[in-house]
Amino acid sequence: MAKELKLMKGNEAIAEAAIRSGCDGYFGYPITPQSEVMEYLMLEKPWERTGMVVLQAESEVSSINMVYGGAGAGKKVMTSSSSPGISLMQEGLTYLAGAELPCLVVNVVRGGPGLGTIQPSQADYFQATKGGGHGDYQLFVLAPASVQEMYDFVFDAWDIAFKYRNPVMILSDGAIGQVMEKLYVGDYVPRWTEEQIHENAPWAAFGKPATRDHNIITSLELDSAKEEIHNQKLQAKYREMERNEVRFEEINCEDAEYIFVAYGSSARIAQKAIQLGREKGIKVGLLRPITLFPFPTKRLGELSKQVKGMLSVEMSAGQMVTDVRLAAENRCKVEHYGRFGGMIPTPHEVLEAMETKIINA
Amino acid sequence: MTEEIIIAGFGGQGVLSMGKILAYSGAMQDKEVSWMPSYGPEMRGGTANVSVIISDERISSPIISQFDTAIILNQQSLDKFEHSVKPGGVLLYDPNGITKLPTRKDINIYKVAATEKSAEMGMVKTFNMMVLGAFLKVKPVVTEEYIEKGLKKSLPERHHKLIPDNLKAVEIGKEIVETIQTV
Repeated sequence: MAKELKLMKGNEAIAEAAIRSGCDGYFGYPITPQSEVMEYLMLEKPWERTGMVVLQAESEVSSINMVYGGAGAGKKVMTSSSSPGISLMQEGLTYLAGAELPCLVVNVVRGGPGLGTIQPSQADYFQATKGGGHGDYQLFVLAPASVQEMYDFVFDAWDIAFKYRNPVMILSDGAIGQVMEKLYVGDYVPRWTEEQIHENAPWAAFGKPATRDHNIITSLELDSAKEEIHNQKLQAKYREMERNEVRFEEINCEDAEYIFVAYGSSARIAQKAIQLGREKGIKVGLLRPITLFPFPTKRLGELSKQVKGMLSVEMSAGQMVTDVRLAAENRCKVEHYGRFGGMIPTPHEVLEAMETKIINA
Repeated sequence: MTEEIIIAGFGGQGVLSMGKILAYSGAMQDKEVSWMPSYGPEMRGGTANVSVIISDERISSPIISQFDTAIILNQQSLDKFEHSVKPGGVLLYDPNGITKLPTRKDINIYKVAATEKSAEMGMVKTFNMMVLGAFLKVKPVVTEEYIEKGLKKSLPERHHKLIPDNLKAVEIGKEIVETIQTV
């Protein structure tokens, strides 16, 4: 595959990846710090090249319901927003999960609660991984830590979404959205033809031939016994994701006595803190969850037997740390260090937190 | 080699685009690069700054708080970033509007009167490239050849006719940079 070098913002990489991965439709509403996604699409006019639809809806509620409609027809459709906008989409997301519709939702997180700030944050972890909307459902959640991953994960998202018939969220943050880094892009993947949609999404409502029954897209079931069976099926699907799809990256863990657990831009900051720590002779490493659901529970459990302590570094008041604690099962000390409201920790303060909260505690 | 740089000044001085051209040039020279802007509301009419990292290795954090070099274009930015320069690092500033001079004794300080020079030569639009030239004289992290390639890659085709003027400004910047103190 021919690889072409570009220099791009994370948000632009999402948009470029959408076009190149054969996305059929983007529906969105502008909000800082992710407005470049739609801006870039509008400038690139993919509808003239690949036929991809790009539409600015009148609200986030409308965007997510357009996604529901497109997904129900077996199309690769997506939206993107930032925290307050994603909150507005929660009803749509639980409907999508209930109706088992594949789609991609990108959240470039900013500081909250409420309208909050426009600066980077990771305080939407609970919303992304524990529900957000009502009912027992799970989004598949990918956490990119570079511009390259913003791009690559769009491709991965379609594979996962259609394999499991489940909404996929890319949970990013303002820093990864705004930073410009080198990006290698590959060839264009053509949009699916009608025949390919029939083959890859035989459940979709693309028109009923005489040879089969109606395909019905709904999250409503009035018969509780049937709804319980539907729930069991969903749960079985989530367990299968946990078995097959966990992704993480380990840096300097081989000889580590202490590890940071961090995702997204916090993981980048932690990497710098590792350099500083190793210069001081502290054997410190990083486990970076790439999938937040399914979470790398098993690997963290193994590491909890090797290390003396773990520090979960998040731009939040401590959300992922709850999952780290469940994985460590009290085998080692687990603490949290975070900044919130759009403040970004420095590598020095992250290392200092490791020293005061874990090593010297 | 890893060079961690902050460029800070007023919105409209070309701070972000200077950083972008530097990052593009580094990328063309096969370096790892990152460009992280301050994207807050302070950009509208107030100060603007961008962190640029150029490295031979994979870049860990694009978000940094201490810098090998600070390129400073107004008093507010000098006040804010003088103390974020690593000991032994570089502070390069344009004296226009600076009333409170830097006081650190443990860093290298250089001055480039680019505002004055670019006005005098009728080159105000390439003011930022003059500053970039001064920086490259002090820290040659990318070569001339790749600055040209970086400009080509970062500017839209219709602006390519302006590249010679930009390169001229880089040259002038290299000539007019003055050493204030070295450690």
